[in-house]
Amino acid sequence: MKVIFKTSYDRDIDLHKDGWSRARIAALVAVLAALPFLVGEYYLAEATNTLIWALAGMGLMLLVGHSGQVSLGHAAFLAIGAYTDAALMNAGLPFLVTFPAAALAAGLFGALVAIPAVRMSGIYLAIATLALFVIVEEMVIILEPITGGVGGIMAPAIEIAGINFDRYANLDHFYWLCLTVVVLVTWGYANLLRSPTGRSFLAVRDSEVSARALGINVTRTRALAFGLSCAMTGLAGALMGHYIAFFNYELFSVFISINLLLVVTIGGLGFIQGAFFGAILITAVPQLIAILRGVARDSFGLDIGGMPGLDTMLFAMILVGFIIYEPTGLYGRWLKTKVWFELFPLARRDMFRRQKSYLKTERQK
Amino acid sequence: MDLIQLLIGGVASGCIYGLVALGFVLIYKATEGVNFAQGDMMMLGAFIALGFVNSDHFGLAFIPGVLLAAALMGGVGYGIDRFIVRQIFGQPQFALVILTIALGFVLRFIAGSIWGYSPLVLETPFAGQTVPLGRINIGVADIVTILVTALLTLALWGFFAYTRIGLAAQAASQNQMAAYIVGVPVKRINSIIWGLSGVVATIAGVLFASKGAIDPNVGLLGIKAFAAAVIGGFGSLPGALLGGILIGVVEPLAARYLPGGISQMSPYIIMLAVLVTRPNGLFAQMHAKKV
Repeated sequence: MKVIFKTSYDRDIDLHKDGWSRARIAALVAVLAALPFLVGEYYLAEATNTLIWALAGMGLMLLVGHSGQVSLGHAAFLAIGAYTDAALMNAGLPFLVTFPAAALAAGLFGALVAIPAVRMSGIYLAIATLALFVIVEEMVIILEPITGGVGGIMAPAIEIAGINFDRYANLDHFYWLCLTVVVLVTWGYANLLRSPTGRSFLAVRDSEVSARALGINVTRTRALAFGLSCAMTGLAGALMGHYIAFFNYELFSVFISINLLLVVTIGGLGFIQGAFFGAILITAVPQLIAILRGVARDSFGLDIGGMPGLDTMLFAMILVGFIIYEPTGLYGRWLKTKVWFELFPLARRDMFRRQKSYLKTERQK
Repeated sequence: MDLIQLLIGGVASGCIYGLVALGFVLIYKATEGVNFAQGDMMMLGAFIALGFVNSDHFGLAFIPGVLLAAALMGGVGYGIDRFIVRQIFGQPQFALVILTIALGFVLRFIAGSIWGYSPLVLETPFAGQTVPLGRINIGVADIVTILVTALLTLALWGFFAYTRIGLAAQAASQNQMAAYIVGVPVKRINSIIWGLSGVVATIAGVLFASKGAIDPNVGLLGIKAFAAAVIGGFGSLPGALLGGILIGVVEPLAARYLPGGISQMSPYIIMLAVLVTRPNGLFAQMHAKKV
């Protein structure tokens, strides 16, 4: 195991532990950037989808994983982002204006909602966001002149400085656009976490009472976390709108909110990497099921395609399994495996044993 | 006349929301966890009752069939707590939220693969009957719903006020640690409460099914029942019932007298208004932890 000798405070809060981890991230970004030359159209489209899900997952991760608030209605903010972007573009504004506007609209709306919402404790907030989702869904139908109502709306092709980023005509361009956005947001997110603001998110998550005692304005911190989270989700929504190209309110169903929760929980709560792991899982599992279906049909003559809801059910079972047996998610498992190899042969099974705990009550009596 | 008919129908459907909300509140009071699968438990209960009662399935008589279904769902609720929820005891609250959402999907899949996804109708002895009252007709199903809800509420009140288990549950809900120290079997009490909420969910499901067809997605009604529970203050049993009735009454009135779309949103708008003005609900019993 490598021990790093830190000689300055800047070194202590550096984003990367050492040059090696910096190089690894650079290599990863380089491979992702070269992806359009390496894989075919189909897989590139899947990769784009994964990136968009990761972006939305990061939005929810900031809220659930880093500030400890649960939202069951994040699809609403995806919808706000997508509709703001598409409607403004249809009004003739360029993408470079509408894209930040989508984040701003979702973020402001989120912060506005957050001000009453953050006064509620966990469970009330979860239910309030669920209600908010239903209201946004109905609003989309009612505001037909802007949103296209039940019929749907078209997200026009993106053009920046004469370069076309259409999802179908120039998929590689669109992929690079998504990658750039995701890299920038990830970089900003990682930096946010080592700033005082990010630290105060963690403090509020771990103990509201002690955070308050340390002089953190809990209401403001939570509202800020909520707003930032919604803004990130809004960006993802705008990209998702362009990815789907033509959509109506049904794209943003309550299942999308649940899937987002799945991304952050299975990926690993409290780790940015978790959002990516979760996004990969959620885009890969339907493909795997499709492949398994093909295998089952061809080699056993078994038709499981006729069972609707099977993939939702599989997702649900995976989720239950993770919550019970591996609450730290895929990334947590990865960290444990890494430690096991680093310490080999000194690692012991009880190192990661969960502490026995009793119910932490939020009530006074 | 129209208004009275709307009101009675509203109170009856409000009773169903209230009963589902009652299930949430029972579990929340006892274990401080929220069961997001309550709506799906209601759906499953209704389907099991349908399986026992309908003539093309088992074809039992109505009352024994429903009682059997309630008992079975009580077992399902007990089992969910005993074998799944107890495993994550001590994990943060939202772990249970996500877990129960996932469980809801599993229950929906189970119901869907047994009974299919097309709407089915529960055969009840009072289907479609009405009682004339002056110039209006009142559905027997509505009257039965209101009566059964009243009876069930009384029974629950008696259970918590007089029986040994009910008193133990009250003790556990006030302070689990202290209750455990004085010898209340907290874990078993939690499981029993889950079972009880399974029974309540089944009765709500049967009442719901007596007013129309059911399919595996009716569990989404649970979201409305949440609104009811929140309006009533999450820790209050009568509050949940009254919150349900409020929603049930406002919904048809909004549909009748306000522009379209408002009716679907009305439960949530009321709920958000209550949350903003009185964050602990109209009948608050819980208080935030203070240092």
